[in-house]
Amino acid sequence: RAGRRGEEEEEEEEDEEGCYQIYPGHIRTTPLQKVLLAAGSAVMALRDPYRHDMVAVLGETTGCLALPSLRDKMKHHPEGYRILQERPRIRLSTLDMGRLQGLPDGTLGREYVRFLEDNKVSPDTRMPPKFVDDEELAYVIQRYREVHDLMHTLLGMPTNMLGEVVVKWFEAVQTGLPMCVLGAAFGPIRLSARKLQVLATELIPWAIRSGRNASFILNIYYEQRWEQPVESLREEIGIFPPP
Amino acid sequence: VYQVFESVAKKYDVMNDSMSLGIHRVWKDILVHKMNPSPGTLLLDVAGGTGDIAFRFINYVRSVRERQLQRRLRHHQNLSWQEIAESYQEDKFKSLGDSQVVVCDINKEMLKAGKQKAQDLGYSEGLSWVLGNAEELPFDDDKFDVYTIAFGIRNVTRIDLALEEAYRVLKPGGRFLCLEFSHVSNPLISRLYDLYSFQVIPVLGEVIAGDWKSYQYLVESIRRFPPQEEFKAMIEDAGFFKVDYQNLSFGIVAIHSGFKL
Repeated sequence: RAGRRGEEEEEEEEDEEGCYQIYPGHIRTTPLQKVLLAAGSAVMALRDPYRHDMVAVLGETTGCLALPSLRDKMKHHPEGYRILQERPRIRLSTLDMGRLQGLPDGTLGREYVRFLEDNKVSPDTRMPPKFVDDEELAYVIQRYREVHDLMHTLLGMPTNMLGEVVVKWFEAVQTGLPMCVLGAAFGPIRLSARKLQVLATELIPWAIRSGRNASFILNIYYEQRWEQPVESLREEIGIFPPP
Repeated sequence: VYQVFESVAKKYDVMNDSMSLGIHRVWKDILVHKMNPSPGTLLLDVAGGTGDIAFRFINYVRSVRERQLQRRLRHHQNLSWQEIAESYQEDKFKSLGDSQVVVCDINKEMLKAGKQKAQDLGYSEGLSWVLGNAEELPFDDDKFDVYTIAFGIRNVTRIDLALEEAYRVLKPGGRFLCLEFSHVSNPLISRLYDLYSFQVIPVLGEVIAGDWKSYQYLVESIRRFPPQEEFKAMIEDAGFFKVDYQNLSFGIVAIHSGFKL
């Protein structure tokens, strides 16, 4: 029997770890496993919002329809196409933090670094994709994750629960990823009544309007725009000034 | 194998409950009942990590001891108050009746987790925690009354060496007990079990422990382990007599037993 299991789909690739990986970190999964992962990660993410890895897994397992359309949007846009070709990564090792800090106030680079410092976050904590079965789509979701902090910067939202929900609404409108939609819909569950009111009356409508009006956020080559003032970038993309 | 258990140590118990739907507790209870230890038994629990077998052993021996004391008390009903209270005092220090369990594990993290659990659950006396390798135990010959290894032997590289070590450290008349995943012969149950193992368990590993790979490894290591008869032969090769096995849950798990004569 040579160690082969009587698995339903007869997928023997899973036997050897590292074999048949499409990209480093890739784990092959059967459709049934993806369904179970989606359900399990959804439950865990709701129960424990600090399980960022579960949010990530949910995104990967439910994104199979949305991700290809996101990739196509990028392909058909000159800047997006370049991003797909060059595959830039936003990590502490690739960013010149010193240079960004030295930029004038109000520029994307300066405000991004300020956001990272104020909220004590780092771009290196984004999970690499594991369950996406296409290498290019894996990059797309990786890019989406790494650009998330820039979304916070452009929308002027902090990383508390309220801020995250607002950004999720914006991202849901922009990307259509089921994980964003679920996060946007269920995130508010843990908020106080007062915050919910602000959310519902001001923040969400603004997020939706901006999301609809703005061009596709993954098509912006942020790394080449550090010197651009945030306001000008907002105008260019079509994000309305935050309330 | 070591790295698997480092990341697994903390969520070990939660994962065990989730994967086996709590049934692992029953399997372990059956093991200790089969052992039927009497007070004064010296147990070595190898790969005992978080202490499941050790705690059950202590509970069992305590309840046996309590029954002994109750019986003795009934015979002393003609004694005065003070005399009864005094005899009770003496016995209080021997609630375990000199029984002892040594928990031996190769992994520091598992031992740490076990010690913590013992503290949380209130187990203090009769327990020792030793770092050691099943293939080369840090104990002298002919020391223990019972040797157990529950869900640990499949992770040993040289199972034959572990069995020989088990034989060495047991006293003559000592008993070897192994609780381990085994082979399911019923074809229907086998298919369902495989389906569950390969589809659900890695997912549980990812969702609960954030660790797909360790649980994928777990499922594969179970399949690689020798089936009941073959393992029985290996135990006999190490010198044990009256080797037998008992299937639990259709053979998903089996308890193998042998004696050093």
